[in-house]
Amino acid sequence: MSENRAELNRNLAQMLKGGVIMDVTTPEQAKIAEDAGACAVMALERIPADIRAAGGVSRMSDPAMIRGIQEAVSIPVMAKCRIGHIAEARVLQAIEIDYIDESEVLSPADDLYHIDKNAFDVPFVCGARDLGEALRRIGEGASMIRTKGEPGTGDVVQAVRHMRKMQSEIRRIQFLRPDELFEAAKQLAAPLALVEYVHANGKLPVVNFAAGGVATPADAALMMELGAEGVFVGSGIFKSGDPAKRAAAIVKAVTNWQDAKLIAELSANLGEAMVGINADEIQTIMEERGK
Amino acid sequence: MFRSAGAETFEIRQLADLKRPMDALVLPGGESTVQGKLLRELGLFAPLRAKILAGLPVFATCAGLILLAERLVDDPTVWFGVLPVTVRRNAYGRQLGSFACRGPIGPDDNVPQAFIRAPGIEDVGPEVEILSTYNGRPTGVRYKNLTAFAWHPELTTDLRVARRFLDGLRAAD
Repeated sequence: MSENRAELNRNLAQMLKGGVIMDVTTPEQAKIAEDAGACAVMALERIPADIRAAGGVSRMSDPAMIRGIQEAVSIPVMAKCRIGHIAEARVLQAIEIDYIDESEVLSPADDLYHIDKNAFDVPFVCGARDLGEALRRIGEGASMIRTKGEPGTGDVVQAVRHMRKMQSEIRRIQFLRPDELFEAAKQLAAPLALVEYVHANGKLPVVNFAAGGVATPADAALMMELGAEGVFVGSGIFKSGDPAKRAAAIVKAVTNWQDAKLIAELSANLGEAMVGINADEIQTIMEERGK
Repeated sequence: MFRSAGAETFEIRQLADLKRPMDALVLPGGESTVQGKLLRELGLFAPLRAKILAGLPVFATCAGLILLAERLVDDPTVWFGVLPVTVRRNAYGRQLGSFACRGPIGPDDNVPQAFIRAPGIEDVGPEVEILSTYNGRPTGVRYKNLTAFAWHPELTTDLRVARRFLDGLRAAD
């Protein structure tokens, strides 16, 4: 991938900033998401809550299903490949997906190596739980980062933990002496050049969204308060009582996350939220996948 | 970009923000469907359109160009509908079709231009001035108080386009 292409891919994420990316499984859901104001959709066969319920091995979606969604909407379409599954990523690039999510929500294909994303022209987003993980993924070529959270639970606690950890580590790096950055890079197990970038700029070199457990407009506003530049909502929308209304409410909550009065209005009469699973009670810990 | 070029800026997120005095309006990149919908539902659409029609200078990029256009190809949607051009959304295809190039804009040469899932300008009205082109097709236009680009001046560190716009505002004062 040329430097030029890497820049263009990071720039697309800039255009998504302040927006909401929604998981959809059909062209109809994609249309509902677009009409509700989603800035992009994630096409997948099963949303995380159902993947969790079904168990077994979870893989890249059927390209025909992804194409159906690409044809239904004009906003960017993302799709997930398994961690380390180079061939699935190539398939997604071949069908001209706008963004690949190398995702812990699917069963990992490789328990050691992530994909060398620098070798692709299409952009990648990756999950991270802390600064070191984020910088390792960026070093591999990710042009957007999201917190991992714990997908498919409707429990926001892990997303909060990951975002707080990342932001406090960024602040710590910012105030180190330059001669302390070598040791910091060693401790974070991250490329020195990227640690130096964080030191100089006080932020990641790519856009950073929140994901994994966001279910309500207030959850989304909380993640923005903690430093997210936008939000992924997976199971939270189409597992709820009134998806169109909830989707639109979460979009507006992200745009005006500081306006509690508006969020109060948006939160009223939304119908049933997704049935939450307490993150401490689950068997499959997706955030542990790929470090 | 305009802040770096020496202007004071603020974001318009709700109706109360429109009460603040402004010399010009920036319609930035993003997804036009999202921006248009939020402008409508947050009650910003009509007051902003009135300001634009009253002559408030506008600087629009990418999605902003779509919001201003009078016509969209294969899409009946019209947002502000104040700029006499026909625009095709995602004219260069999906993200793999995104590209960067350099070209002249007025007196400035070699200005970096990033096209991200960019719209194309297919047709322009007679009074529309063409500011930039790519492969002979217009990619930047000016009409009365409206300046619009299909690409993103805000994604580069080159401030010449922003400075020209600010100089134009000062000259008009």
